[in-house]
Amino acid sequence: MSELQAGAQIPELRVTPDKFLTVRYAGASGDFNPIHIDEEFAKAVGLPGRILHGLWTMAQVARAQTDAAGGPQHLKRLSVQFRGMGMPEQEVLVTGTVREVDGSKAIVDTVAEQGGSQIIRNAEAELSI
Amino acid sequence: MPVNTQAVGKTYDPVNYAVGREKIREYARAVGETNPVHLELDAARAAGYADLVAPPMFAVVYSAPAVGPPIFDPEIELNFAMMVHGGQEFVWGEPVVAGDEIDTVASVKDIHEADGRGYYVFESISTNQRGEQVCRGTWTNIVRGV
Repeated sequence: MSELQAGAQIPELRVTPDKFLTVRYAGASGDFNPIHIDEEFAKAVGLPGRILHGLWTMAQVARAQTDAAGGPQHLKRLSVQFRGMGMPEQEVLVTGTVREVDGSKAIVDTVAEQGGSQIIRNAEAELSI
Repeated sequence: MPVNTQAVGKTYDPVNYAVGREKIREYARAVGETNPVHLELDAARAAGYADLVAPPMFAVVYSAPAVGPPIFDPEIELNFAMMVHGGQEFVWGEPVVAGDEIDTVASVKDIHEADGRGYYVFESISTNQRGEQVCRGTWTNIVRGV
């Protein structure tokens, strides 16, 4: 992809997980930790309510990369740090900037945020271009 | 109380996962994938794949079951109630398509303590039925108050 040049932004990805997304993702992924699907349990352990699965949010970061690069085969590596927590029914925004391009490889610095707070930070993607 | 590091290097039995077409569709929809290679057989085949292609992060589905045993291994003494998922890395190799049989071997890569937190780093290596590596995962779990 010719637009993936050093300093360029990848197209931003915006997605608002609906009220029952965490239930569908639990079934799809096999992660049934009740902090994601049981409002009462989540509050009982001190959370504001059910929280998003970090790996769902990481999948949104991955999707921003594969959409930018032209398909799943272009994503070679993705590392993330989880920070804070994401909540259903609030928009998640994924942004990224191409840090460097070396031959057929691009490195993208990328983050996911919600309500102005980063919920995935210091993420780095390696794309084949 | 210092963290117990004696399990570093320990490797666990492989866990097999058979990749199903409808499971790929279910996962792709849950994460909002719109690329038709994950959803439509004709599109996947037109793109040169034998069957529906798993999104890269589908690695969670086939490799996470292998990471459960080390997390709950009594030898590691990881306090699950105080654990948060601190970081994750995946490195992808050959694409995964419906019909593949994936074996994942987990191991304990590192255990250390810093600033009153325990860091438990597990690695998962996933290979397909041809012995090709499809993914390597690095799972960093942080336990507060060790």
